Amino acid sequence: MGSLKPVEGSGDLGFLATRADFLINWGRKNSLWPMPLGLSCCGIELMAMIGPKFDLARFGAEAARFSPRQCDLLIVAGTLTWKMATAVRTIYDQMPDPKWVIAMGVCSSSGGMYDSYAVVQGVDSILPVDVYVPGCPPRPDAVIDAIIKLQKQIEREDPLGRLIRGPQAKPDTGSGRLLFQENEGVAKSAVDKHAHDPESRTGRGQA
Amino acid sequence: MSDTQARVSAALGGVPHQFTSVLDGMPTLVVERDHLRACLLALQQNAGFEANTFVTAVDHFPAEPRFELAYQFLSYAHNDRVRVHTRVSESDAKVPTITDLWPGTSFSERECYDMFGIVFDGHPDLRRLLMPVGFEHHPLRKDYPHHGIEPDRLYRTWDRERRKEWNSAT
Amino acid sequence: MSTTRLFEYSRNMPPMDHDDPVQGEPMMVNMGPQHPATHGVLRLMVRLDGETMDYIDADVGFLHRGKEKTCESLGWHKFFPHTDRLDYVQPLMNNIAYALACEKLAGIEVPERGQVVRVLLMEVSRIAAHLIYIGTTSIDLGAVTNFFYAFEQRELIYSILDAYTGHRMNNSYVRIGGVYADIDVEVEQMLEKFLEEFPAKLETLEKLLTGNRIWYGRNRGVGILSKEQAMAWSLTGPNLRGSGCEWDLRKQQPYCGYESYEFDVAVGTVGDCFDRYLVRMEEMRQSCRIARQALARLKTTRGADVLAEDRRYVLPPKADVHRSMEELIFQFKVVTDLRLPKGEAYHAVESSKGELGFFVCSDGTSNPLRCHIRAPGLMNVQAIPLLGQGSLLSDMVAIIGSLDFVMGEVDR
Repeated sequence: MGSLKPVEGSGDLGFLATRADFLINWGRKNSLWPMPLGLSCCGIELMAMIGPKFDLARFGAEAARFSPRQCDLLIVAGTLTWKMATAVRTIYDQMPDPKWVIAMGVCSSSGGMYDSYAVVQGVDSILPVDVYVPGCPPRPDAVIDAIIKLQKQIEREDPLGRLIRGPQAKPDTGSGRLLFQENEGVAKSAVDKHAHDPESRTGRGQA
Repeated sequence: MSDTQARVSAALGGVPHQFTSVLDGMPTLVVERDHLRACLLALQQNAGFEANTFVTAVDHFPAEPRFELAYQFLSYAHNDRVRVHTRVSESDAKVPTITDLWPGTSFSERECYDMFGIVFDGHPDLRRLLMPVGFEHHPLRKDYPHHGIEPDRLYRTWDRERRKEWNSAT
Repeated sequence: MSTTRLFEYSRNMPPMDHDDPVQGEPMMVNMGPQHPATHGVLRLMVRLDGETMDYIDADVGFLHRGKEKTCESLGWHKFFPHTDRLDYVQPLMNNIAYALACEKLAGIEVPERGQVVRVLLMEVSRIAAHLIYIGTTSIDLGAVTNFFYAFEQRELIYSILDAYTGHRMNNSYVRIGGVYADIDVEVEQMLEKFLEEFPAKLETLEKLLTGNRIWYGRNRGVGILSKEQAMAWSLTGPNLRGSGCEWDLRKQQPYCGYESYEFDVAVGTVGDCFDRYLVRMEEMRQSCRIARQALARLKTTRGADVLAEDRRYVLPPKADVHRSMEELIFQFKVVTDLRLPKGEAYHAVESSKGELGFFVCSDGTSNPLRCHIRAPGLMNVQAIPLLGQGSLLSDMVAIIGSLDFVMGEVDR
């Protein structure tokens, strides 16, 4: 039992608002419609998760629509390459709010075993991720665990407060070290400022 | 193995070629780039190699000539294979295409062009195959680092342009 | 519109005439990299004249991970997990193909029990890969039930491989010189039970499809490939055999002791999607047959080695590594500094998609000079415009399914 913290957002609106929040979050978390972005091997485990043994339908998430406009959960399953990155970003932008992202597997979490010229070192370089699932590929149980964690995360959200405050651009979170940072003050060199250069990641070695 | 060599020699007739010995025992020819097309044509028409298995290149970077092209063929009728090597240098990395003889080499030649920068004269559609449009380097060359040179440049350009568009539209 | 070009049209594309009074305006459909029916990240730019496709362009490379380049920096042994992820529906098959090429270069002979285990793993992988074909092609064409039946069978294979190798998929259980460890009795019993029950389950899958009027209508006469075309376009595997060419590397250029197993090769007649489907179903039955023979041999060779003994190239047994200094040094050298003899070698196996070969070149140092992966999937994708030209757009889904490629090996 931690110390009591004041409930943020719509908490000051009273009991009915928190009950409405609860209802909205309950509805959202139990009917996540995944957008299966099955890029490579994790895609096969994603299919196995939707399959009969590790049935994802138990969690309300069986309506895997392949059109991003009808989905709210993007599961990036597999290796993301820079050639595919534009398509994935477009898909993410086409999804209507509220939306969540699960980075399934190590390739989408951090580039995985591919430290090569063509692989995005983690899908959080281009979009904000809510849950990372390690594994190569992760067992379907692990991904279901991730969806349950996401459901717990959704329980804590504040939809009414967001409605009152109005739409705000969700900042591109994720591992900030891996994001490309424009830095006009520093002279660019050939190997500078790319996601693979270990020095540009930690900030060491820059002027 | 030796009857394959005999058949290949007979088929090649006057085309200058040389047999080398390789660790897997496959009959391997080394030809000059100028005789390459005649050699491969003879292999198809006279020696009965109906299918091409692969077209690829090896980069022997500091050594010149730098690129060693390797072709491998399969004969269904005689159940054997043959490999053909030729060397080209970087400044003159042009080789005649064989897509008119074996249509199945179309993608392999495009991949060689993409990965090494070797141009195939007469290829109907020589574009990059595996790397995105606008990619400027040839990745499988030995002087290209395995982690790449600004690998996210094309994506960032696209992203910056569309955000500029959105922001200017309001 | 953003000025960055994301796609480049071929010079050969017939010009788009937007004002043709008779034909009307042709329409470009982008079956983009994210699509339920393209079996991975493949982009097809299709130009439609009404419902008929008159120009198709296959854009690959969305899963190009730079494996051939990675091999040059990693080293021979550390590349095994990368080979798993090539054709990721049959990981062990790719491992074995790569190991065979390296063994050819090094001149190592795999012991008999190791070869038997390899044959068993290859045939089980072939069954798993064809089950993916059935599952995904049927669900693309609307027969949803088969997806669940096929994946149920695949889960049984996963449990067996999980018990044996420790991982469901992407096992990396093969080493240069053999297999990592021996199969124990419990796994043998699981395999026996699976192989006993699988033909009946295959009957269930087939009953839903083979006599089905809709399946027949969608596949018969669609995507006809002649034998000469298949040979000229470097197609191998069920795509070649469906067109009437009786060519199977396990029979013609045997490896791993395949010459001593009894099995038949399924060959089609017409060369359309339905024939390729029948060829793959029959191959699954023959794989069961081979696997049963391999299991019987496992019983007779109990206790034999599965890994060759050659301290230059092969990892020493782990128990010895923990006890002896010399073995520890050999282990260290093999893992960090494996040098294969200078030269080149090519070895191909008959994978479920066709001829999967590895062309390995070594310059005697611990970094490979070149490791080219001859992927059958690349040739299969190349044939999409050939088969699709002039067909209806809905036939495209049947053609893609029946050509059966996996983008992991197409793009490498």
